[in-house]
Amino acid sequence: MHPLGRAYASTVGKKYAMAVSGVILFLFVVLHMLGNLQIFLGRDALNGYARLLRVEPALLWAARLVLLAAVTVHVVAAVQLTLRNWAARPVGYERQRYLATGYAARTMVWSGPIIAAFVVYHLLHLSIGTMHPDFVHGDVYRNVVVGFSVPYVAAFYMLAQVLLGLHLYHGLFSLFQSLGASHPSYDRWRQPFALAAAVVIVLGSCSVPAAVLAGTVR
Amino acid sequence: MKLELHIWRQKGPREKGRFVTYPVGGIEEGMSFLEVLDVLNQNLIGRGEDPVAFEHDCREGICGSCGMVINGIAHGPRRGTTACQLHMRHFSDGDVIFVEPWRARAFPVVKDLVVDRSAFDRIVQAGGFISARTGSAPEANSILIGKETADLAMDAAECIGCGACVAACPNGSAVLFVGAKITHLGLLPQGQPERLARARAMVEAMEGEAFGSCSSHRECEAVCPKRISISTIARLNRDYIKASVARPRHASGKVQEPVGT
Ligand code: HEM
Ligand code: SF4
Ligand code: FES
Repeated sequence: MHPLGRAYASTVGKKYAMAVSGVILFLFVVLHMLGNLQIFLGRDALNGYARLLRVEPALLWAARLVLLAAVTVHVVAAVQLTLRNWAARPVGYERQRYLATGYAARTMVWSGPIIAAFVVYHLLHLSIGTMHPDFVHGDVYRNVVVGFSVPYVAAFYMLAQVLLGLHLYHGLFSLFQSLGASHPSYDRWRQPFALAAAVVIVLGSCSVPAAVLAGTVR
Repeated sequence: MKLELHIWRQKGPREKGRFVTYPVGGIEEGMSFLEVLDVLNQNLIGRGEDPVAFEHDCREGICGSCGMVINGIAHGPRRGTTACQLHMRHFSDGDVIFVEPWRARAFPVVKDLVVDRSAFDRIVQAGGFISARTGSAPEANSILIGKETADLAMDAAECIGCGACVAACPNGSAVLFVGAKITHLGLLPQGQPERLARARAMVEAMEGEAFGSCSSHRECEAVCPKRISISTIARLNRDYIKASVARPRHASGKVQEPVGT
């Protein structure tokens, strides 16, 4: 077998693949957020940025394929590992006291699929437009403002960002372990880094629907 | 002091188990948790009942046989302490205490609180040999080891194979145990020649047992009586990935793969 396939056959290799795909998805989330924040620079800035993304279709599709591959690896490995983990503890404890793990870590299996469902909705809403009340191709600024003017839509977006924040709060810590990145000189910064990155993502991403709801962006 | 114990009773691997409530009196602060079970068992034997089966050997925290989950925590409420070293001064009169065996598919219950931890033995066996010179003892200072390295290797070597890490992990993962074993020899010069081959062999043996995977919950580290650090897990991951991508160039403890596979 190819060494990579042999590594992937193990849980250690699957976690490695999850971490690598998680990093790719995280970097995308950061860039995506930075792009979207240009809404605060006005209509022309955001629409100009959206046009720029489409200048080279080959590049755009290459990026999409990388993301699709990352999502596929991440989800397939998540399902395989979760089934194995559940099978490893067929009888639970009458009393169970957790000492170290937290809400974010124990809900990775649920925050993940909800994020996936949100992404599908988000694509249909603001990329393809089929779930948008009044979609105009190319006028991203307007689509965002009209889309987020529906309060429950804006609320769902923000909820999804909070779940993504929880996923990242644990995931961005865990990936250091999966990748074998541990050293006394920086180990104590791994969890604060995950917390800071998660907070920035949640606040940055929520600022857009919040600003539309508040009427500061219209 | 008087306690109310709820203990998991199970006659055999295939029998159905259940909790049985035992009031136990005459407990003194200086007793260990295992001595409480001794007192209970004396009472049970006196009444002609089957005593509670539990594993123990050294009773001084070094052999790793005495694992049990006490009120939801592997080895009980004291950090860095085995059940045999857990003293009753950490409990109060009238406490209700649940005692359960390790719960993991890889550690099937043998009887009551005794589980079969031979999966750990198979992993250690898969680790194979190290290339140490036998015969006359070598000069002790011929291989110099830095103090920090020696300390870290010693920390990892403290693992007593009790299985609390597996018991506490929501995924029933064994990576803290295996990480400790891989780190212990992996840090020392004597462990270098077979280092990657050993990591691969031990991880593959671990995969062959019914353990789950690591989700970085850190429960293992919290209950480990020897306070093994999860940095050993990172090292396991690093060495295993290196080992599976780079073909081993050295003789390993296992038969070499034939060329071309
Ligand atoms: C923007 C999207 C996502 C990002 C940025 C992301 C990021 C991450 C990261 C960095 C990790 C840690 C990997 C590790 O421990 O080494 C992780 C773990 C995980 N992800 Fe995601 N993820 C995303 C979407 C998803 C989706 C759609 C699922 C759906 C199945 C999912 C399920 C999981 C699960 C179950 C884990 C925990 C695996 C374990 O610890 O055993 N994630 N994610
Ligand atoms: S790592 Fe700690 S908890 Fe796990 S077997 Fe070794 S001593 Fe026990
Ligand atoms: S009986 Fe040996 S460690 Fe507890």
